[in-house]
Amino acid sequence: MKHFRKFALGAATGLTLMASSALAQQSLLVGSTQVPRHFNGAIQSGIATAMPSTQIFASPLMYSDSWDPIPYLAKSWETSADGLTVTLNLVDNATFHDGTPLTSEDVAFSIMTIKENHPFKTMLAPVTTVETPDATTAVIKLEHPHPALMLAMSPALMPIIPKHIYGEGNIQENPANLNPVGSGPFKFVEYKQGEYFKLEKNADFFIDGQPKLDEIIVQIFGDTANLVMAMERGDIDMLPYLTGVRDIERLDGTDGVSVATKGGEAIGAINWLAFNTKKAPFDDPKVRQALGYAINKDFYLKRIMGGFADDATGPITMTSPLATTDVEQYAFDLEKAKALLDEAGLAPDGDGTRFTMTIDYIPGGVETGRNLVEYLRSQLKQIGVEVEVRTSPDFPTWAKRISSYDFDVTQDLVFNWGDPVIGVNRTYVSSNIRPGVIWSNTQQYSNARVDELLAAAAVETDTAKRAELYKEFQQIVVADAPILYLSEMPYSLAYKDGMDGIPTGIWGPASPWLDVSMPE
Amino acid sequence: MKSFLMKLASVVGLLFAVVALNFLLIQFAPGDPVEVIVGEMGGASDELIAQLRADYGLDKPVIVQLGIYLGKIVTGDFGYSIYYSQPVLTLILQRLPATILLMISSVSVAVVIGTVLGIFSAKRPKGLLSHFVTIFSLAGYSAPVFWTGLMLLILFSSIIPMFPVSGMVSVRGVEGPVEYVLDVLHHLVLPTVTLASIYIALYSRLARASMLDVLGADYIRTARAKGLSERQVTYGHALRNGLIPVVTMLGLQMGQLLAGAVLVETVFNWPGLGRLAFESILRRDYPTLLGILFFSAVIVVVANLLTDLAYARIDPRIGSRKKKAPSPQKAAQ
Repeated sequence: MKHFRKFALGAATGLTLMASSALAQQSLLVGSTQVPRHFNGAIQSGIATAMPSTQIFASPLMYSDSWDPIPYLAKSWETSADGLTVTLNLVDNATFHDGTPLTSEDVAFSIMTIKENHPFKTMLAPVTTVETPDATTAVIKLEHPHPALMLAMSPALMPIIPKHIYGEGNIQENPANLNPVGSGPFKFVEYKQGEYFKLEKNADFFIDGQPKLDEIIVQIFGDTANLVMAMERGDIDMLPYLTGVRDIERLDGTDGVSVATKGGEAIGAINWLAFNTKKAPFDDPKVRQALGYAINKDFYLKRIMGGFADDATGPITMTSPLATTDVEQYAFDLEKAKALLDEAGLAPDGDGTRFTMTIDYIPGGVETGRNLVEYLRSQLKQIGVEVEVRTSPDFPTWAKRISSYDFDVTQDLVFNWGDPVIGVNRTYVSSNIRPGVIWSNTQQYSNARVDELLAAAAVETDTAKRAELYKEFQQIVVADAPILYLSEMPYSLAYKDGMDGIPTGIWGPASPWLDVSMPE
Repeated sequence: MKSFLMKLASVVGLLFAVVALNFLLIQFAPGDPVEVIVGEMGGASDELIAQLRADYGLDKPVIVQLGIYLGKIVTGDFGYSIYYSQPVLTLILQRLPATILLMISSVSVAVVIGTVLGIFSAKRPKGLLSHFVTIFSLAGYSAPVFWTGLMLLILFSSIIPMFPVSGMVSVRGVEGPVEYVLDVLHHLVLPTVTLASIYIALYSRLARASMLDVLGADYIRTARAKGLSERQVTYGHALRNGLIPVVTMLGLQMGQLLAGAVLVETVFNWPGLGRLAFESILRRDYPTLLGILFFSAVIVVVANLLTDLAYARIDPRIGSRKKKAPSPQKAAQ
């Protein structure tokens, strides 16, 4: 046994040495628990697909850290004065990984495919046609002005897919979804289901000198504990979408590992409490506001979230140019909370209890979910509200409860996805109250002024005016409190010391890793 | 031959019953795969949801879905995985070898070590080793398998970084076939030890009890009286009979071993059927889950058939005079 151990150890060390000397010098090994259904981001949203899809496919635009568009496949672009035409001037040297040149035909095909198949219907709904006067010009025609189009042209939302490969048959079943061909910085090599997928450098990438890496391997883990341990040991080089506060703290304190707590603001994951506004007593805004004043957010941010989460005060992610902080802040005030409940006619009974309610949470999230609701259970007792925590065994169970309105209050984590038209509107517009659909307006919130403002902001091309409309929307929604905003989700990224070009932009790791490089 | 055909018919019937029961049980779980897909997409339109439900036949009544499914199974069509967007059979065949490797290695380790420990402690039932085996088996048997796995991981992967934390082979790739085998073996050690730990306990207790029983039997006394050496008595005479309960148990345990594999594969990120089953449950991927359950049922049935054969080999009375010998199932009950 002893001998075997020595032998196994020796063999393993030998292997590691051999492997590192024989393989590419710029190889990045990423660990992730996200399992992509496939790699075609034109028909599938979510970060599991977006991360590889943005490496394999290029898109018209990229974005800077300050939310400004940067040329990518589009060298330049202009919007007509009436806002009904957006013209893209494409680069002429982009080719797909199979050698076929990328033309405006592919851009037109991709846009129409996304419009018809992508789950985010509002993203490209106003697009009527895409004209292709020549190979490097694509003219997008709109039914009405659609400022959200700009962020929708980001890598995470608008991969340009080759028409000659995806153009035939039912795209949902196209075999190239699992064997993708794009024009992005990395070529797809293989996907071993449940183990890993591998990408390699696209030597003919249309931007010279990029990417820096020779290959990317993403190893898929079934369990976060295991994944964090692998990072700690140095088995993997990078760990994106790290959410657990204890995991972040642990890796932050590990020698040889750095943690970036920034990145992914455009995805804008906000952790919040949502009310079933059709169910008494939560149909009364005073009750909802009272709970807002009763939550000590400082305690939540500092203690429960360990200081790793940013405050969230409204429906739009804080760094967005359209966000405002000029809204009700719900400063912690138990007396005010009690007074509001008194006003709502919810007087305490003999035991000091005003009413009993249930709180659900998305299973899996420790700090953002379980710990938060446990805190609320003891905290809300102070204003005479008895909380019963309802645990769901898995995600579908929770989703079923919430989407069939079988809940009082639930913790929820919802993404902005760039422009408010894509990810914010759905939670508040009354036309999106759709039973059975999770992440629709499951609060059943309906406010005519909110509907009006969101409709107007969706077509307003002047950014300043648009921000004004969204400002009023944010003020109303925060004051009405169908939702209490708690924090932005900390999406941290752990990486090996000495690595460079870490993807910490507004789309985080769901953007092309052009500058990522390994230590020499 | 006739009895073999009878057996085969009952096996086929059993498999059908298993499939139908599984299918109906799954319907009780709240939520369906389309809700999960839509959830991970971050929301979707009504049309897309309706289209997905229609694509996967989820809009039909349950009984119709079951009929369609059974009809397909007969032709060897296990359907299309809703979540992983590929044929279920491809998915399962990709994962099956990893699970079979893990099961075979765990069972071998458990049976060999368990039996040896059992024999030794049976020979000196009051000795130090016997007590040690008793305590060790009790601990191994009571500890939840995922806990054992996590502890081994912390000890032998984190504190003493001797073994890899995850996977079946280094994802960065290895050079030649010999290195590949060594790499897999290196990855295999901790999962095997974890999964075997419960069964070592079980088999050592079983072997100990049965050997104690057998060693006190008349024919052993006769053997000793004939002047046979202690070694001949133990291994030549006692062990044969002493092993029967172990073999019986082995066959019966196959189902549980698969259940244990779900946990071990999840803890060690082993790319086998168990982890796929776990992920399919979370994603309500019915076709995949049903496919896995079907294959698991097949594995268990085959294991039981093999047990019967092995049983007959160890104890020739069973093969030749079937009626008089107790069936293995009965013996275990």
